[in-house]
Amino acid sequence: MARAVPLRSKIGYTAAAWAVALLIFFPVLWTILTSFKTEVSAVASPPQLFTADWTLENYAEVWQRSDYPRFFWNSVILSVGSTLLGLVIAIPAAWSMAFVSGRNTKDLLMWMLSTKMMPAAAVLIPMYLIFQRTGLFDSHIGLVLALMLMNLPIIVWMLYTYFKEIPAEILEAARMDGASLKNEILYVLTPMAVPGIASTMLLNIILAWNEAFWTITLTTTKAAPLSAFIASFSAPQGLFYAKLSAASTMAILPILVLGWFSQKQLVRGLTFGAVK
Amino acid sequence: MGQITLKQVRKSFGEVDVIPGVDLRIENGEFVVFVGPSGCGKSTLLRLIAGLEDTTGGIIEIDGKDATALPPAKRGLAMVFQSYALYPHMTVRKNIAFPLKMAGLSEADQTAKVERAAKVLNLTAYLDRRPGQLSGGQRQRVAIGRAIVREPAAFLFDEPLSNLDAALRVGMRQEITELHQSLKTTMIYVTHDQVEAMTMADKIVVLNAGRIEQVGSPLDLYSHPKNTFVAAFIGSPKMNLIDGAEAAKHGAHTIGIRPEHIDFGMGPWSGTVILSEHLGSDTFLKVNGGALGTLTLRGGGDVAAGPGDTITFGPQMAKLHRFGQDGLAL
Repeated sequence: MARAVPLRSKIGYTAAAWAVALLIFFPVLWTILTSFKTEVSAVASPPQLFTADWTLENYAEVWQRSDYPRFFWNSVILSVGSTLLGLVIAIPAAWSMAFVSGRNTKDLLMWMLSTKMMPAAAVLIPMYLIFQRTGLFDSHIGLVLALMLMNLPIIVWMLYTYFKEIPAEILEAARMDGASLKNEILYVLTPMAVPGIASTMLLNIILAWNEAFWTITLTTTKAAPLSAFIASFSAPQGLFYAKLSAASTMAILPILVLGWFSQKQLVRGLTFGAVK
Repeated sequence: MGQITLKQVRKSFGEVDVIPGVDLRIENGEFVVFVGPSGCGKSTLLRLIAGLEDTTGGIIEIDGKDATALPPAKRGLAMVFQSYALYPHMTVRKNIAFPLKMAGLSEADQTAKVERAAKVLNLTAYLDRRPGQLSGGQRQRVAIGRAIVREPAAFLFDEPLSNLDAALRVGMRQEITELHQSLKTTMIYVTHDQVEAMTMADKIVVLNAGRIEQVGSPLDLYSHPKNTFVAAFIGSPKMNLIDGAEAAKHGAHTIGIRPEHIDFGMGPWSGTVILSEHLGSDTFLKVNGGALGTLTLRGGGDVAAGPGDTITFGPQMAKLHRFGQDGLAL
């Protein structure tokens, strides 16, 4: 039987949930609202959430001043490319960790994840020099590689969790049925792990899309994605909050929409394996 | 062909010797059942033959060729798993066709073979369903279908009926036996259920702690158990084993007598009935025999004795088994 929750607690919990959600969403809301204000009302003191003189001028100017479609396509190429390349490498890696694990598999997984705790700035200079000398600087291939490596531990870890849920007997049956390792992964494991692979893909596209440190540092024009597009609006002449907000809104909108429509899949993906 | 020979096959997991060394020869077309209590190594032995586990030592020969280092796909064996292990994202048709697809058969050959197997197993109506839409018995049939289309050298069954309910189990048991009679292919069947072993096998291999205790036909094991372990394991209800003075009278350390080989109403023994189970055709009595210990007796359906009654009974001397101190038959 479901646990009975008193009405007063229900109202309390709902109000608290809304308050937390609003608190998290507030900077995004502020940015979106500011993007429709004039530069003057954007910096008004005391700050105003709403204004009387709404305008679309910022968007028009941002669109005119920069090549948005190019930045957008670069973001798509980098986020989707790095995620797909990551999956190609991570699926076999997670397979071996989940189904032919050794004594050190858990340690290896922990080590991989621990690399995510390293501050990116610590390797800034070597990365910059490597990219510059190998011709990877400001190239799609270079950035796809960098973003893939950055997210690989998360992709492997997530896929490992999904694969652990798949009964090993089914893969053994495939082996008995004459499937090679490639066919076992292609025809049996991957189709069974589609929900897991899909949510891993979504999350990593979002992470790669939002990545700013390396995409700004390692690009100038050719491969620069939307993060660099936003940064280009903080000019030495000063910050133009309204235009910066319009640029930010244009940069986050595609991923916000993707996240909104796939939230069910994402939540399922992130909580997968938590309870059996 | 389907002749399998194990020569000193060993398997250890770390420090633990699960199979300390097994020698066994399985003839072409035989129905061999590996039976033993949980953890005796019977499934491990089957997986070693399948190639799903690597041996620690010894040689596995299939049709005279050393297959010890061959991967599962190259051994020419098919396996039916306890959990059926069907591919949940494929239809029944694709499940059965999967080994054929892996073998590179043409679509037309695949379809012909799948339809023939489906007909034999009464699955034709379900070919376009997915495993999730089938009952346990139907799923097991699909698993068998997937095994037979390959026309393997031998079939390996790993406790295939343990997930089915009792009535279905009896039906499937008979179907597998009939399948063996029609295909005449070697089958190795693992079970902990000695009734399955007795009813299906040409040859039973009784395993205990990774060692083979006895190999023989069902009736051979029933009539001439080599030791107390086999004596107690084969037969249901299990054989009564009696130690002490009564055994000494027969020149043995332990004597064994099956419940069905004890006569009621006469004989040298007596005891008090603790429990009586009336099955209609048979009656099982649990009797406190004093120095003899607790014994199980089997009588006809008309036995009226109930709890608290004192009864006289005695063994059929020709059916008495004698064992030495080392547990081996004398």
